[in-house]
Amino acid sequence: MPIHTHTYENGLTLAAEPLGSRESAAFNLLVPVGAAYDPPELTGLSMICCELTLRGSGSRDSRKFVEDLERLGVDTGESVSGSHTTYGGAMLAENLLPALGIFADLVQRPHLPQSELEAVRQGVIQELRAIEDEPAHKTLLELRRDFYGEPWGRPSQGSMSGLEAASIANVRDHYQRHFRAAGAVLGVAGKLDWPQVRDAVGKMFGSWQGSAAPEPIDKPQAPRQRHITHEMSQTQIGIAWPCLPYRHPDYFQAWGAINVLSGGMSSRLFMEVREKRGLCYSVHASCHTLRDRGCVLCHAGTTAERAQETLDVTLFEVHRLTQGIEASELQRLKARMKSALILQEESSSARSSAIARDWYHLGRCRTLDEVGSLVDGLSCDSVNAYLEANPPRDFTFVTLGPQPLEVPHAVS
Amino acid sequence: MQFHEAQLENGLHVIAEANEESHALAAGFFVRAGARDENDAVAGVSHFLEHMVFKGTPQRSAEDVNREFDEMGAQYNAQTSEETTIYYAAVLPEYQHDVVSLWADVLRPSLREDDFTMEKKVIIEEIRMYDDQPPFGADERCRAIFFGTHPLSRSILGTVESITNLTAAQMHDYFATRYSPANITLVAAGRVDFPALVETARQACGSWPARSAPRLLPTPAPQTSFVVIEKPQSTQQYLLHMAAGPAADDSRRHAAKLLATILGDDTGSRLYWELIHPGLAEFAALHHYEYEGAGAFYTYMSCEPEQIQENVDRLQTLFRQAEQRGITADEWAQARSKIASRVVLGSERTRSRMFHVGANWLYRREYRTVREHLDELNSVTVSDVNSLLADFPLSQGTTVVIGPKKVGRAIA
Repeated sequence: MPIHTHTYENGLTLAAEPLGSRESAAFNLLVPVGAAYDPPELTGLSMICCELTLRGSGSRDSRKFVEDLERLGVDTGESVSGSHTTYGGAMLAENLLPALGIFADLVQRPHLPQSELEAVRQGVIQELRAIEDEPAHKTLLELRRDFYGEPWGRPSQGSMSGLEAASIANVRDHYQRHFRAAGAVLGVAGKLDWPQVRDAVGKMFGSWQGSAAPEPIDKPQAPRQRHITHEMSQTQIGIAWPCLPYRHPDYFQAWGAINVLSGGMSSRLFMEVREKRGLCYSVHASCHTLRDRGCVLCHAGTTAERAQETLDVTLFEVHRLTQGIEASELQRLKARMKSALILQEESSSARSSAIARDWYHLGRCRTLDEVGSLVDGLSCDSVNAYLEANPPRDFTFVTLGPQPLEVPHAVS
Repeated sequence: MQFHEAQLENGLHVIAEANEESHALAAGFFVRAGARDENDAVAGVSHFLEHMVFKGTPQRSAEDVNREFDEMGAQYNAQTSEETTIYYAAVLPEYQHDVVSLWADVLRPSLREDDFTMEKKVIIEEIRMYDDQPPFGADERCRAIFFGTHPLSRSILGTVESITNLTAAQMHDYFATRYSPANITLVAAGRVDFPALVETARQACGSWPARSAPRLLPTPAPQTSFVVIEKPQSTQQYLLHMAAGPAADDSRRHAAKLLATILGDDTGSRLYWELIHPGLAEFAALHHYEYEGAGAFYTYMSCEPEQIQENVDRLQTLFRQAEQRGITADEWAQARSKIASRVVLGSERTRSRMFHVGANWLYRREYRTVREHLDELNSVTVSDVNSLLADFPLSQGTTVVIGPKKVGRAIA
């Protein structure tokens, strides 16, 4: 089925994909503000702002907001990335418009109550602390920080000093500056009637004003190596290197290569690091994208004594990619993608979020058929040509554990 | 939607919920084998065996197994719990025969000595990985104390010591009894061709020898206890609490689901308003788990170490108030709409339908349509929930606290 899009006068874009034979609908609202927009001395401010918008808006106080959504049976979730504050919900289709009405209040008329700032702050501080107890998660966050530098590498939870310093005036100012219709995207998918949704969203969000805020100033980071000493039984290894962003015409060539490295249990990293050598339980690499650049994030966690061998074998496999991928590997990748797309189609939530992200990255939305034919269009020659021109290099390393590892000079 | 069932001569059941409108197929072998069927000498063998199943058969190497799944584009995995081991895959419907045949073959694994030695290392890495994440391990400890000498007290992962000492011969013996066809159900959902499914099962599993593999089902005697585990390197403090609840064959389990949503859902519940909303905890939730012949309410919470004593007191008050005053009609109505919406959203995913249909069959030998399931949940009244609270007092039970802080006063 086609994906409908409409950009309203205030700059908000609605993207909607009707999906057949189902009872549900879902939405994903991308507000163009994230951790990269936080003032440097107030990192974590977007996160606090996001949480505080949930504490009452329009005619609803904090409790009424939660209760009304629950009566409508809306399964909600919100998150903050570098670029966006995202609100999502999935529900029975007949409750979609009432649910959107509640979120229209949230983005346009939040109370941002001072009385709840402390509770919200404590909640985010605890999230930041909890990351310390999840070594794999922490390693990936630190790896992103080192790879992208300021401000795109920041973790959403910010820093303890930033969270502690944020005042209600800071939060309200941040909201005024950044919660803007221009550049916001609302993705909707499931059982829906396009003209009805388009008109209703126009009415509900029509008075949302504001033009896009300036892009944050970028201070890219040179490749580096860092070890964080931590008394644990395992050592966590993180490796990042540059890759194409999603919007690049050759993105799927890069994506294909990384899926040969790590996608499915017959992929190279899983077979060589885990299956043949038993070095670790978890080893994984995937593409990560910002709008204008991207990277590969690779992670393995293993007992400290075997960490050096794990790093060596992983890097060997990363470099071996440049010798080319094989036809059988590409065939498996295509087969896995085909079923992944069918399964994505089953989820209204997954589709609403995919089309909203497409609009942000591409300025248009890709149907599942289009993604399918892009993957089908890959050939060994095209992927290998990409790898030859863009071999993995300029690595950034983050390790976390009892002892640092030795990074081979040739790749550091 | 059409439900089908059949049984092979050797006792293996084949069941399916066929959905003409689906574009996907999910199929899984549900084995009635888990940690509760082990003894000290083979602690962790069920989970280790789940890994070994992927290591090949007389016809296939481990590489063949992973390669063939990926060639079909299967999204596949396996999981081991206290009482089941489930091997499942989601594929395009055209692969029905191939994917079921492949699972059937790998479910008669070679269990080769050198693979066994290699995979031991991976299992030990998995145990170490959880060692570095404080709440893990504490949940097994809590279950061990709560169930006392009952088989449900057994650890799923086992220990580094029990896994190190385990022999391939012991695993062979365990496999030969527990993986008897009488203990196995082939479950499918989505676009299923049932006659063809039964034919594939007959060809691939018909020769599996039937063995008697009874399960011990002693009546549990839940323990009341309060245990503090000091873990100085942990950043947050974690609490696990278990109290008795209805078993899988107890009709009060529907009321238990409603109660868990009212008291402990991740949003809008009493725990949410008491601990999350004021910023006193990072996470707090309560769930009902059903087992064969036993049931439990699990509460899980994480917070700042300095906050733990106050939160323990608050939890105690919350449980006591629920027992004394019961729930309100408003809470009941809110939970119903929330659950109904989740049931419908879940039903749109082929894989989650397979798990639902499979679990119903394994525990109760029954099939329920989505509508029937909703009707059962909707028939629960406020007084059903309140009498459940009298039958199963939440303030009783076992609490385990883990983290850097010592705690004085207990729940109950």
